[in-house]
Amino acid sequence: MKDILRSLVDILGERGVSNAAEELWFYARDPGVLEAHFPDYVVAPETTEQVRQVVRLANEEKIPIVPMGNGMALTGLVIPLKGGIVMDMKRMNRILEVNEKARYAVVEGGTSQGALKAYLQDHHPQLRHSLPDAPPTTTIAANVSLHGQGRLTQQYGFNSDMVTGLEVVLPTGEVCKIGSPSLGPYWFSKGPTLPDLSGLFLGWLGTTGIFTKVGLKLYPNKKIRDVEIFVTDRVDLVPDIIYKLTHLEMLEDINAWFQPRPLMFKDNYHITMYFTGDTEEEVEFKRKMIWDSLEEFIVAKDGGFMGVGYMKPMLLEMPQRGIAAFADVPRGGGFEYSGPITLIEHYPDYALKVMELAEKYEVIYSSAARVVSGGHSMMFSISFAFNRADAAMMERVKKALDEATEFALEKGGIPWKPNYKEQRMTLEKLDPNTLKLLQMVKRNLDPNGIMNPGNWEVS
Amino acid sequence: MAYVRSIEHADIVHRCFRCGYCKFPSDYVDFNCPSHKAFGWDTFSSGGRMWLIRAWLSGEIETSPRFAQILFSCVACGNCEAQCVYPRFKDFLLNIFEETKSELVDEGKIPPTVRDYFKAITVNGNPYKLPQDKRGEWSEGMGIEEFSGQEYLFYVGCVGSYDEVGREMARSVGKLLKDLGVSFGILGAEETCDGNEVKVLGEKGLFTALAEENIIKFKAKGVKKIVTLDPHALNVFRREYPKLGGAFQVRHYTEVVADAIGGGRTSFGPLKTRVTYHDPCYLGRRNLIFEPPREVLRAVPGLDLVEMRRWAVDSFCCGGGGGNFFTDVIGTGEQSPARVRVREALETGAEVLAVACPQCAKMLVDGVKAEGIEDRLEVMDIAQLLSRAGLA
Repeated sequence: MKDILRSLVDILGERGVSNAAEELWFYARDPGVLEAHFPDYVVAPETTEQVRQVVRLANEEKIPIVPMGNGMALTGLVIPLKGGIVMDMKRMNRILEVNEKARYAVVEGGTSQGALKAYLQDHHPQLRHSLPDAPPTTTIAANVSLHGQGRLTQQYGFNSDMVTGLEVVLPTGEVCKIGSPSLGPYWFSKGPTLPDLSGLFLGWLGTTGIFTKVGLKLYPNKKIRDVEIFVTDRVDLVPDIIYKLTHLEMLEDINAWFQPRPLMFKDNYHITMYFTGDTEEEVEFKRKMIWDSLEEFIVAKDGGFMGVGYMKPMLLEMPQRGIAAFADVPRGGGFEYSGPITLIEHYPDYALKVMELAEKYEVIYSSAARVVSGGHSMMFSISFAFNRADAAMMERVKKALDEATEFALEKGGIPWKPNYKEQRMTLEKLDPNTLKLLQMVKRNLDPNGIMNPGNWEVS
Repeated sequence: MAYVRSIEHADIVHRCFRCGYCKFPSDYVDFNCPSHKAFGWDTFSSGGRMWLIRAWLSGEIETSPRFAQILFSCVACGNCEAQCVYPRFKDFLLNIFEETKSELVDEGKIPPTVRDYFKAITVNGNPYKLPQDKRGEWSEGMGIEEFSGQEYLFYVGCVGSYDEVGREMARSVGKLLKDLGVSFGILGAEETCDGNEVKVLGEKGLFTALAEENIIKFKAKGVKKIVTLDPHALNVFRREYPKLGGAFQVRHYTEVVADAIGGGRTSFGPLKTRVTYHDPCYLGRRNLIFEPPREVLRAVPGLDLVEMRRWAVDSFCCGGGGGNFFTDVIGTGEQSPARVRVREALETGAEVLAVACPQCAKMLVDGVKAEGIEDRLEVMDIAQLLSRAGLA
């Protein structure tokens, strides 16, 4: 039998491999509520060639392999459910190219959101990318692989829609370029006008390959960014308010949120609107349009704009540190959320469900929905904080989240970055022929079932 | 019987979300946790350590050489404390790491270099295993007086007393203080280790003994004000000695120099050179002294002060903190902090990398050598730079 550790060291060097108890313990879990599963090895490649060789070895030896960014999906997607190798991608963090005029960047598969943000500020201040509100250590590749969202999702869609090309190591060890980079040196299109093969990888949660390079669309970085918050106590009006706002086609981002703490926010629904401009005149014009669009709700005394004042720096911060701080509300270092993608018109039903679940399971909630693509859908986050030292509370959060996913599926929603249990629930509900198609794709790409097994397990 | 593990802040360790903000500077340009940068595993970041400490306290993992390496490679630079998003938790990150190291010390399961460091301090009073009477040798022929009630005690510390680079720096600073007319004296062969690294490495008993000895000595000699060469000494004098009854007015030499030259009282000759300044962690992030060193540098006509990408509160440690200057648990290699830092300095186009700490000086001199850029970047203490400029 092959000495796997020796083989991995041959590929990656001593610094790139560990089977020490400390690394195995740490990489067995993520910050969410799911139980740990220990890997046998942890590896950290620095080149595509190293990734290719490790994957080829894993495929030959039928060893599970789990790619990992920063592990902040919170839904256990990097937990090695069947052991094997966890591949920490963060050492592959070079920004390889920015095409200023074509507005795209090409980054390695472990590049963090924060690093790209800083790089653009330094070298291309007129450009930006759709930065998620996850901590800046999260990686661009992981974000697009799970259809993540960001600050520009309202305008331009899921961050995975912004991919302009991929380099993927297939489960059988081939390095495959997707989109325009498969034909030449440019990374401007992930598919069109070719058949869009990126769909074989985006949304598959690392079960069909490992991203070693990602091309990503960049967007104009306007000189001025501003924010307004509209507040209503009528949840039934939230979809109408969003409809009015998206009609403007002026907003960078729209988040609808509610939370019981601090008390000033309790029983109200807040719609945060971000807008930008290159001049004060442009910004003020947009502000006027926003205010005018919601005037009818103000006249009817159904809501109004709240002063953002002291909150402004926090609201304009990217990413917002305050979001991670939610984990500490019960003084316990954790939160997890279910984030179904669904219709905005279902917002009131989801909102009521969040509060119902929080009461039923005695957990602290927070919810922030993000509008996607001008209102075609939203990501509705159902977040529960927990105290990591309180196992019973963590169990209650787990049950509340399971029930939230059941509810979302009943409502016709799609679970976002579902954990393995939510994936099973989803697959059970899936159209049989769609399921069959998924099986065909998975079996052909990953004949030995080595890639992140336990996830999107369709057979 | 199993060893019962406990640390003072055990009840809050679980509050770490391992979100990773602690790995970065405030604008996320690169990983700013030196041990994470050097080893490349999440276990070597603050969040990784915190989670492992929790597992260790609960018995899920055992004390091991790897666990000790993870703990003792922390350079205590304080970046995690500066960047952590959890108020009322962030203030205790470094305490938790120190308390855990202290437990390992009690268990007797520490890296050999840490053990050797403690032994050298205990036996010789310094980590270099050199005789006590050589401690004041750096000042020979300079006409620097023994302390006898002058305004300041100039405390030099182990590195300034024994290390070649440190001694050169001590001489430059001593001369500068003299030239500026600062009233000061030294302890010379009577000086003993300040204990900063001993404390950070978790040897509480030894630290208390050193600190109490120093406090008694300082008080007996009538010391009221101390000017330190080494920011590490400044840190422990300012933050830890008062807890043991040793409250002195403690300043770093750059603060004293900045005051002495302020308002144009002293001027320097021109020095046409481009300089970038490395913030020592114990001066900058840990004690918020950012401006005085820069003020001093800006006082030199012709000197072009440029900042590195990471500076002030976002500065990247040289890798010498947390006792690693002596123990080198963090190790060498392309991603070692000193090498990363000198590459960053080079990117500014500077010819001189200015420092204000003898430990940083030595680490960065070694970094320059390891990178093979001696002909492009010179590491100089601020006092050495001023000496090159000369008093006008």
